[in-house]
Parts: sequence; structure tokens; C-alpha cells
Amino acid sequence: MILWMRNSGEFRDVVVSSRIRLARNLDNYKFPNRIGVDEAKLVYDDVTKSLDKKKYLDFKIKDIPIIERKMLVEKHIISPALLYTPNISGFAMSEQEDETIMINEEDHIRIQVLDSGLSLKKSWEKADELDNQLGNSLKYAYDEKIGYLTSCPTNLGTGLRASVMLHLPAMEMTKEINKVLATIAQFGLAVRGVYGEGTKALGSLYQISNQSTLGDSEETIIKKIDHVTRQIADKERIIRENIFKKSAISFEDKIFRAYGILKNTRVISTDEAVRLISFLKLGITSGLITDNNINDIDKLFIEIQPASLQFMSRKEMSDMERDIKRAEVIRNKIN
Amino acid sequence: MLCNECGKNVASIHLTRIVNSQKIEENLCETCAKKYTGLNNPFTVQNIMSGFLSDYHKPETQSTLSCPECHMTYDEFRKYGKFGCSHCYNAFKSRLSPLIRNIHGHDSHIGKTPNKDDGEMKTSEELTMLKNQLKEAIELEEYEKAAELRDKIKDMENR
Repeated sequence: MILWMRNSGEFRDVVVSSRIRLARNLDNYKFPNRIGVDEAKLVYDDVTKSLDKKKYLDFKIKDIPIIERKMLVEKHIISPALLYTPNISGFAMSEQEDETIMINEEDHIRIQVLDSGLSLKKSWEKADELDNQLGNSLKYAYDEKIGYLTSCPTNLGTGLRASVMLHLPAMEMTKEINKVLATIAQFGLAVRGVYGEGTKALGSLYQISNQSTLGDSEETIIKKIDHVTRQIADKERIIRENIFKKSAISFEDKIFRAYGILKNTRVISTDEAVRLISFLKLGITSGLITDNNINDIDKLFIEIQPASLQFMSRKEMSDMERDIKRAEVIRNKIN
Repeated sequence: MLCNECGKNVASIHLTRIVNSQKIEENLCETCAKKYTGLNNPFTVQNIMSGFLSDYHKPETQSTLSCPECHMTYDEFRKYGKFGCSHCYNAFKSRLSPLIRNIHGHDSHIGKTPNKDDGEMKTSEELTMLKNQLKEAIELEEYEKAAELRDKIKDMENR
């Protein structure tokens, strides 16, 4: 179950999800990279005490079984870095899993708000409110000139990292993507592939986020990414239509082959699955495949990841066992 | 967090190794990590940042700056690229401006500020905006509006 993906937000045919992250530190403790276990516990207690207990549940990483920790990362509820120091780190999250407060990651506090689709403004409002709530009882490390103080100077100022995950298969097919990515970089935004190593974006999934956190207000940063995302989404839609008009039969063939394999596979790797699910998504948004819902398919990208599969089966599994389980999950999920 | 191996230096590398099909996860300092990774100069934010810094301060001029709170030295910061506590910023203030400009292209924060006493957040951006409006109003000789804006700004600054 991925609770935070509720099919809310705009531009669902192109935008998979939106995320807001705020970095905050407390004035009276050493930063996590220099903190001792006892002091770290005080940070944990201070932060969890300032939260509404009815709304947020808190957990220490060391109390969570290994597979579940990794599953939380796959679901994007916590960051991979939170697991590096399990003796000091923890987190609190809302019941809907859309709001997370990570404790003693790189900074004392990392507030994160997730939503499906394009939803940066709404997510920012939620993060802002949560930040105010924490700020009411905690003394944040802040400097009049350079803003919120963070462990790494790359997060200084607003401490805000806003990002969107985009599905851009048509731009990729036409190589239009390279031009777009180069332009985005000129606006001070960073792009990376969500899955896959290096520059290769597996499943045509890209993440766009702000590079700099200092010098622009939160509203300006969010507006910029929101604006750029809308333009990219419009362009992606146009290219999808063009491809479909020009070579309808080979386009359909690609999509229905992917659909056929996913519906019948018995053993499948993550890479192959991600690539084929990407085609299935394209089939749904083009109206070729009507029995499946885009939100369920977006969830599938997460559900087929190694730790999520092992959590479902309640046991550790070999690569082969996982590939079999993955195929089973996909067959069951796809109509 | 100190290095798991030597217990002396700050751990800056998270290393996952597989030894005899057993997974070992460790937090190491750079020196100890070299023993296992063979990575002599990994391409990390920290390394690029220390590159920036050594451009400004020649390596032979060893700095004696250190933070009175957490005792991190400026040289340590240069090496790891992370501060030890919020007071480091003040302690190293004289050296940080070029670094911050290099990373962000700016050196002054605009946006949210923590302010507890009133429920609403005062933002320095809002203040700048009001001041610009005031200037405009004076230029356009709209003195009534200007007076209103002036009072608003005063109010905000006194909060």
C-alpha cells in the first residue's frame, strides 16, 4: 500500500509526483555529523514533543526491521541517508504517509511532503504549516543574512528542495529531451533519472528540482518549477500526439507488446519491468488501454522494488525468487 | 558521527561492503575508506567544495580558526564540507562568503524567517516588496499611500 499516492494533483498524464523538502536545525545541539548518541536522543525527544501526537507517529530507525527500512525508502517516505546512522536517526509521519519529519539525517530536521501529480503549491503550504508548528516550540538555527543554517552549505537559506517526477517517454523517443534538459539547467534547475545509474533514465522517469536554496524566496522557487513543469508537460503531450499520428501502428504495437508481456510474465527483472510499465503508462494516457488506472500503475513502480516485494512475502528472497514474485504482483495488478 | 574504524575522524563516507556474502555497512572517515574502496578522489560535493575553498586560501596558509562550540576547525570544514554546529557559521564567517556565492550565486537569504510571537510569518521578501512600493509611491507623489506603506514597514520591522 502506498497511501500518499491518492491520484490527487494535476497533469497526471505526465507528472507522477511532487515533493517538498525543508532542512532545519536546532540552535543548541551539534549537527548530526558531529553529534553523540546521547545528544542525538535529546534532539529526537525535542522534535517529537513539538509534534501533535494525534497526527504523527514517530519511530526510531534502530527499532525497525531492515527490510521495512528499505521499503520505506522505496516508497519515498524516508531518504536513503536516514538509514546511514541508525543509532541516532528516526522519523515521524502522518497517517496518510504524505508528511514525514526525518530526525538526525544530514540535518536535525528534514520536513517532507509528498503528493501525486503536480501539487507543489499545496505541498508547500502543508510543509510551511508543519514548519511553523515545529518552529513554535523549537529554536531553529537561523541567521538574518544567510537564512536557515544547515549542515551542508548547499542547503542554506530557505533549506527548500522542491521536486517533481516526470514521465517523458515521447520526448525521449524523439531525442527532444536533450534540448529540454539543457534549457532547464539554464534556469538553475537540476535534472536526473529516477531509476537507473548515471545519465540513463530507466522508464523515462525524470526528477527536476531546484539547484540553489539561497537568494530566492520559497514562493519564487516553487513558482519556477511549477511553471517549467507545465511547459514540459504541454510539450510532452504534443509530441505524444505527433508520434501517434505519424506512426500509429508501430506506436500501438510497442504499447500492446509491453501490455502482453506484463499480463503474462512469470519471471521479470526490475529493469525490464520498469521499462515495460513505462510503455503501459503511455498506453493508458493515449487512451489505447482503458482497463487500468494511471495511479495504480504509478504505484506499481514502487511495489516491484526488492524490499517491497520481500515485505509483501514476509521473508528475505533470492534474486530469482524476487523476479518470480515481481511477475506475480504485476499480473495481479494489471487488468 | 565518528569513523567506525579509527574512532578519531568525522565519518563522511557510508560504505556497504559484501564480505563472504555478508553485508557490512560502515560509516568511515576518508582515510579509512580509502583502504577498502581504492577510490582516491571520489567525485563528491565535499571534494568539489574543498576545491573551491583551496582556490581562495592557498593550502600553505593553514587556518587557526575554530568553532568555540563544537571545536570544529576551519581546516576540518574545508576537508569534509559540512559544519559541526550552527555556531560554525559565525566562527568561519570571514571565509564563507565566496563559497556561498559559488554554490548559490547569491549570498543573502530571501524568504521565510522563524518568528514565533505572531502567528503570521514575516518574510524579508515581503518587506523588500513594501519598500519598493514605498519608493514607487513617493516617485508618483502618492503621499497618502506612501504614509500607509511607511507605517506598515515600521510595524513589520518592530515586530
